[in-house]
Amino acid sequence: MKTLIKNGKVIDPSQKIEKKMNILIDGKIIKDYPVNIKELEKRKDLKVIDAKGLIVVPGLIDIHVHLREPGFEYKETIKTGTLSAAAGGFTSIACMPNTNPINDNASVTDYILLKARTEGIVNVLPIGAITKSEEGSELAEIGEMYKAGCVAISDDGVPVTNSNLMRRAMEYVKAFNIPVIVHAEDTYLSDDGVMNEGKISTMLGLKGIPNASEEVMIARDIFLSELTGTDLHICHVSTEGSVRVIKEAKKRGVKVTAEATPHHFLLTDEEVGNYNTNAKMNPPLRSSKDVKAINKGLKDGTLDVIATDHAPHSEDEKNVEFDIAPFGIVGLETALPLSLKLVEDKVLTINQVIEKLTINPAKIVNSDKGTLKKNKIADITIFDPNDEYNIDKNNFYSKGKNTPFQDWKVRGKVKYTIVSGKVVYTN
Amino acid sequence: MEFKRKNIISIAELSADEILHILDTASSMKEVTSRNMKKVPTLKGITVVNLFFEPSTRTRSSFEIAEKRLSADILNFTSSQSSVVKGESLSDTAKNLESMGASIIVMRHSMSGAPWVLARETSASIINAGDGRHEHPSQSLLDLFTIRQVKGEIKNLNVLIVGDILNSRVARSNIHGLLKLGAKIKLVGPGSLVPDYFEQPGVKIFYNLEKALENADVIIMLRVQKERKSLEYFPSIREYSRFYGLTGEKLKIAKNDVTIMHPGPINRGVEMTSEVADDSRSVILDQVTNGIAVRMAMLYLSASWRSNNL
Repeated sequence: MKTLIKNGKVIDPSQKIEKKMNILIDGKIIKDYPVNIKELEKRKDLKVIDAKGLIVVPGLIDIHVHLREPGFEYKETIKTGTLSAAAGGFTSIACMPNTNPINDNASVTDYILLKARTEGIVNVLPIGAITKSEEGSELAEIGEMYKAGCVAISDDGVPVTNSNLMRRAMEYVKAFNIPVIVHAEDTYLSDDGVMNEGKISTMLGLKGIPNASEEVMIARDIFLSELTGTDLHICHVSTEGSVRVIKEAKKRGVKVTAEATPHHFLLTDEEVGNYNTNAKMNPPLRSSKDVKAINKGLKDGTLDVIATDHAPHSEDEKNVEFDIAPFGIVGLETALPLSLKLVEDKVLTINQVIEKLTINPAKIVNSDKGTLKKNKIADITIFDPNDEYNIDKNNFYSKGKNTPFQDWKVRGKVKYTIVSGKVVYTN
Repeated sequence: MEFKRKNIISIAELSADEILHILDTASSMKEVTSRNMKKVPTLKGITVVNLFFEPSTRTRSSFEIAEKRLSADILNFTSSQSSVVKGESLSDTAKNLESMGASIIVMRHSMSGAPWVLARETSASIINAGDGRHEHPSQSLLDLFTIRQVKGEIKNLNVLIVGDILNSRVARSNIHGLLKLGAKIKLVGPGSLVPDYFEQPGVKIFYNLEKALENADVIIMLRVQKERKSLEYFPSIREYSRFYGLTGEKLKIAKNDVTIMHPGPINRGVEMTSEVADDSRSVILDQVTNGIAVRMAMLYLSASWRSNNL
């Protein structure tokens, strides 16, 4: 079975391509970029996708997703989460280990991958826990999880406070050449805080999480990465100081990469308003000064990746007192149009946005995806950059409706999501 | 003037005119409370629920007396545990109370913003009787009422708020209320309890009580809230009271006619000595008396909004 994507504008930062061209898929593989397609189109076994006016990019990759399965299937399952990903244009997603049981051993990894193979719509790349039960006291069986298919290890949600243990983890993963992905937070400084510490939290009487809570941990992990020589990836950077510290580390050649989420580059803590729990996430929404710094960090390359931190919760869980509502919002189905706002706002070129959603995250998890190179697996996303609409959580495929972007007017709609040569989503 | 609010949740959202309207209404209520027959039929047939998720003696009693004087039907719903422990969500509690015919819900809760959860889920009017560290509107209104009663006008007064500002909902409501009515505020306490974020036009921060006391017209002493872990923020009660406790000696620095206030209950010997608490310039018990009139006003205005709008 062959598929021809014709007339689209192809943007593939991995090859520095940004031009109108055709792509021929043969089976699971990107076969060719045919120029003359007249003869080709006469073939009866050819499926043709006319991408006129549309943009064709490598399938998007999100390296920060919570799929919730096993254990929290009422929030999301591998099936609904990967469907949500496909609808958002993502063809590969990396899922964090804070499930129940926690993905801290190969049997959980096996379970996730089995579910992904049988029920999943897009590629699932599991991330293993750094420590057993994410308790921060003993290393998890990292090697076993790597063999089972984990692409990284992370303490997302429950930071490793013991610096010596973090050092050992960084040294230990060298044998497998996988990165350590950190949710950088000094939980003592956060002190059960529930939103950004500042004038707003102060007057709302909500406990604040200071910028320093993130910054001191990023600084620690950068120095540990320097000490061990291990690849360090920093999740959801939210403060001006964090951007400054990472930028300086990169300048010195430390092997550190970092991501920003759409909510951190678009929203401030004012969003909390009258205790809106859909504006509660960790790290929290920060000040406008921080948002500016995140935008600048995306622009100058300090922040390599756009990731969602897709964190579905049920509506009942969110419809409670702010203090006890869980942290997190969904992101897979809004990430692309929200990221395209960066183009409108002249922060990034469209090429840079796609780079941060494809080849850059692929490199971090050592994946050969994120490219439209010939003979690679055909994971491709096609979207209409001009289709304007209002975000409506009721249309989400995700079980999670917890978004602060409800009714936002956005531009950019996914039309086709192709995984291994097969259209898995059309709109 | 018509009262235009279904709920009274925060002083932050009230305008100066609205605050004055409530205070003026409280003055008429005070007249009622000074009669021999202290009861009027204003809230007859209206069900008021006192929904208290946090232990409270004086605020709850004060609301209850206010409700009784207005002839409301009262339902006391007290739970020392929060809804999390109890298993029912706040939104379900709200719906249940509404189904029982509650028109006004007076709520006290240990978590900031909890009244908003309730307000979103029910058509009953919500009166916030204190939420977490956020606001305590009825306390602030009675403080403003008392200051106005003693000083005549609030504009340009130098008002000190002393103590655990960080954890105090009384402080937050008073900062809003006093600023709206034109007072100048000094917040005084140890650095760990008076974060810089409070600073704004009209609000200055002091770590030294003596310095702050110069030219003080009104001093609002806050309670050291042991239940809110104040003690994690300073080394000992002894050291706290040495630096931030109000004594007769320190009081001499303030204006002669300074007014001394405290939301109660007082920890004698901690926030202030007995000498200060019982000083002729202390209006702590007037605050308690005025509290009933102010709460009657809040209930009355909520009920009048309901009869005008529903």
